[in-house]
Amino acid sequence: MAKTQVDDINRSIYNIKNEDNYSFKMKKGLDESIVRQISKMKNEPKWMLECRLKGLEMFNKLDMPTWGPDLSCLNMDDISTYVRPKSNLNSSWNDVPEEIKNTFDLLGIPEAEKKSLAGVGAQYDSEVVYHSLQEDLLKKGVIYTDFETAVREHEEIVKEYFMKCVPAEDHKFVALHYAVWSGGSFVYVPKGVDVEIPLQSYFRLNSPESGQFEHTLIIVDEGANLHFIEGCSAPKYNKVNLHAGCVELFVKENARLRYSTIENWSKNMLNLNTKKVMVEKNGVIEWVTGSFGSRISMLYPMSILKGENAKMEYTGISFAGEGQNLDTGLKVVHGAKNTASVVSSKSISKSGGIATFRSNVIVAPEADGSKSNISCESLMLDDWSVSDTIPVSNIQTDDVEFSHEAKIGKISDEAIFYLMSRGLSEEEAKAMIVRGFASPISKELPVEYAAEMNNLINLELEGAIG
Amino acid sequence: MDNLLEIKNLHVSAGEKEILKGLNLKIYKGEVHVIMGPNGAGKSTLANVILNNPEYTRTSGDVFFEGDNINDLRTDERAKKGIFMSFQSPEEIPGISVQNFIKSAKVAVDGKPVRIFEYKKKLEQTMSDLNMNKEYSSRDLNVGFSGGEKKKNEILQMLMLEPKLAILDETDSGLDVDAIKTVSKGINMYHNNNNGVLIITHGTKILENLKVDYVHILVDGQIIKTSDGNLAKEIEKNGYESYKEVK
Repeated sequence: MAKTQVDDINRSIYNIKNEDNYSFKMKKGLDESIVRQISKMKNEPKWMLECRLKGLEMFNKLDMPTWGPDLSCLNMDDISTYVRPKSNLNSSWNDVPEEIKNTFDLLGIPEAEKKSLAGVGAQYDSEVVYHSLQEDLLKKGVIYTDFETAVREHEEIVKEYFMKCVPAEDHKFVALHYAVWSGGSFVYVPKGVDVEIPLQSYFRLNSPESGQFEHTLIIVDEGANLHFIEGCSAPKYNKVNLHAGCVELFVKENARLRYSTIENWSKNMLNLNTKKVMVEKNGVIEWVTGSFGSRISMLYPMSILKGENAKMEYTGISFAGEGQNLDTGLKVVHGAKNTASVVSSKSISKSGGIATFRSNVIVAPEADGSKSNISCESLMLDDWSVSDTIPVSNIQTDDVEFSHEAKIGKISDEAIFYLMSRGLSEEEAKAMIVRGFASPISKELPVEYAAEMNNLINLELEGAIG
Repeated sequence: MDNLLEIKNLHVSAGEKEILKGLNLKIYKGEVHVIMGPNGAGKSTLANVILNNPEYTRTSGDVFFEGDNINDLRTDERAKKGIFMSFQSPEEIPGISVQNFIKSAKVAVDGKPVRIFEYKKKLEQTMSDLNMNKEYSSRDLNVGFSGGEKKKNEILQMLMLEPKLAILDETDSGLDVDAIKTVSKGINMYHNNNNGVLIITHGTKILENLKVDYVHILVDGQIIKTSDGNLAKEIEKNGYESYKEVK
C-alpha cells in the first residue's frame, strides 16, 4: 500500500469511520433521567438501578482529580453516554450487520478467533454485537458472555461480585461508569478449569461525541487458569470521546489470570479507565498492557494481594506521540505474608508526547517476607518530548525486599549512525531501535498483538513518510 | 583499473576544530590501503566522514565513489552504494538479534528480499569461519559482547553485506593475537579484484597475512607520505616522530 504525506499519522485500519448509524443515541449530558432510561432500556433488576443511582450520586459528589493530566477539555454536556448500534447480540458473524462486521474483519477479530482464541466478544459503541465460546469450555462450566446477559442469566453471582472490587467511591470517573455502564464482558472459570486458549473482548467506539463504559467482571475460581485479552480502538474525530470502563477481577486461591490489553484509542479519546484485582492465597495476576492511543490516558491497574504468597506481575509499554499525554502506572497493596510484585515498564515519547509512569506500592504491617521489584525505562526520541517517573511507596514492615529502578534515556545519534551505515534510513533505524527497546514487552503479548504493536511502532515512526 | 574512492582536498571540522586539512586519497578496485598515524591525526575522522557521520562537517573538498560525487548523500545512501565501515566501538542495540539485523541490512543494501535458507546457511558458515559461536546470531546486537566479539561481528557484517569498499577503523585495537588473526582471515575472505579495503591501524599484526598495496602516513589532517607495505614495518620500529618533524 502506498503511503502518502498526511497531516496526522496514518493509522489506516484503526481510522475507518463508519457513518453514525445507531438505533438509539442518548441525548448528551448526564442526569438522573438518563440513568433511569438506560436502566429501563436494559430491563434491569432494581438492585442494578440502585447501583447506577449510587454511581450518579458519587459522580456529582466527587471532585475532578487534582493531579495528573489536565482534563478541562472534558464536558459531560457534550457526551452521549449511550449509543445502541443497529445490531442485536449475535452468535454468528454472518448475522452481524455488514458495516459493523467489516470493521471487525479489518481489525482482524474473526480471523484471530479462528486461529488462536477460545472465545470472542465484540462490542460496537455501547452494546456487544457478537459473542462466542468454544463448546468444550461451555461444557466445563466456563461462562463468557456480554455483561447484560450475565446480569439476566447469572444474576446471583454478578450481584455477589459487582462493585465489590471497585466501589463507586473510588474516584469520579468510576462513579460515572457505574451510573451509565453498558456492555462489557463477564467471565467465570470454575474451580480447577484450565482455559488454555485465550478469550478476547474487543471494544470499538465508532460514534462521535459519545462515551464507552463497558464493565468487565472476571472470576477465576480456585486452581483455575485464564488468559483474557482486551483490545480497543476508535476512529479519530475532532471532538472529545470518552472511555471510562471498569474492570473487576477476582483471582481465587491457587488460581492464575493473565490480563492483556492493547489499547489503541484515537487521539481525541480521553481514556479514564479503572482496573482492579483481588488475589487470594497463592494466586497470580499478570498484567500485560500496551498503551498506544488516546489524547489523555489515566490508567493505573491496582492489585490487592490479599492472600499469602499471592503474586502480581506487571509488564507494560506506552507510546506517547504528538498531542498525547499518557499517564499510566500501577498500584499494589501487599496485604499478606510473602506476597510479591514484579514490575517492568517501558515508555516511549516522541514529537512532544508526554509519558508518565506512576507506581504506588503499599506493604501492610502483616505482609512480612514480601518482595516488590519495580523497573521502569523510558526512551525519548527527541528533545521536546517528556518522560517522567513518579514512584510512591508506603512500607509498614521491616521484613520486606523493595527495589525501584528508573532509567530515562534518549535515542542516541551514534546508534542511528551505526544502523544507517548498514543501509537503513533514519526512520527505519529509529523504528528498529524502538522495536528493540519494546521487544521484552512484545514478547509477552499474544503473537498477533506483538505483530500489531510492531506495526504501530512502524506507523508512528515511519507512517508519515512518503 | 576502476576507480573506487577518490578524495580531493578534503577539509573536515568537528565543531570549531578543523581535523582534516586538505586530504587526498585514491583507491582503485582490487587494492588494500593502510592508514597509520599518531593519535589525533584524523584517521577515524576520515573513516567516519566517508560515511557522512553527522558529527563531522565537510567544509570543502570532494568525495567521489565510482566516479560519482557523493558529497550530498546521506549515510544510508552511501551504504547502499557499497561503502562499509567496521566501527571502532560498535553500538549496542538491545532487542534486535544479530541475525535479524544483518538480514534487514542486507535487504536495505541489496534493495531486494533475501532468500532465507541461503542467508541462514551463509551466516552460519561465515560465523564458523570467524570462530564465532553460532549462538551469537540470536543474541541482541553487540549487547554484552566482549571487545573481540564486537569486532568479529563487524567483520561478519562485512562478509555478509559484501560492500565494494570496506573501511576498517582500528578493528585490531584491543584484540588478542588470535582474534587479530581471525580478523585478518576475514579480510582475506572478503577481498577480491572487484573491491577495496581501507585499514586504519596502529599495528602491523593485522597486516601480516595481507597483501598491502599502499601505506599512508596521516599526520595533522594530511597524508604526508605514501609508500608500499614495508612502510608499516618501519613505522612499527621507529614510530612517527620523524614524520612529525617533516611536517
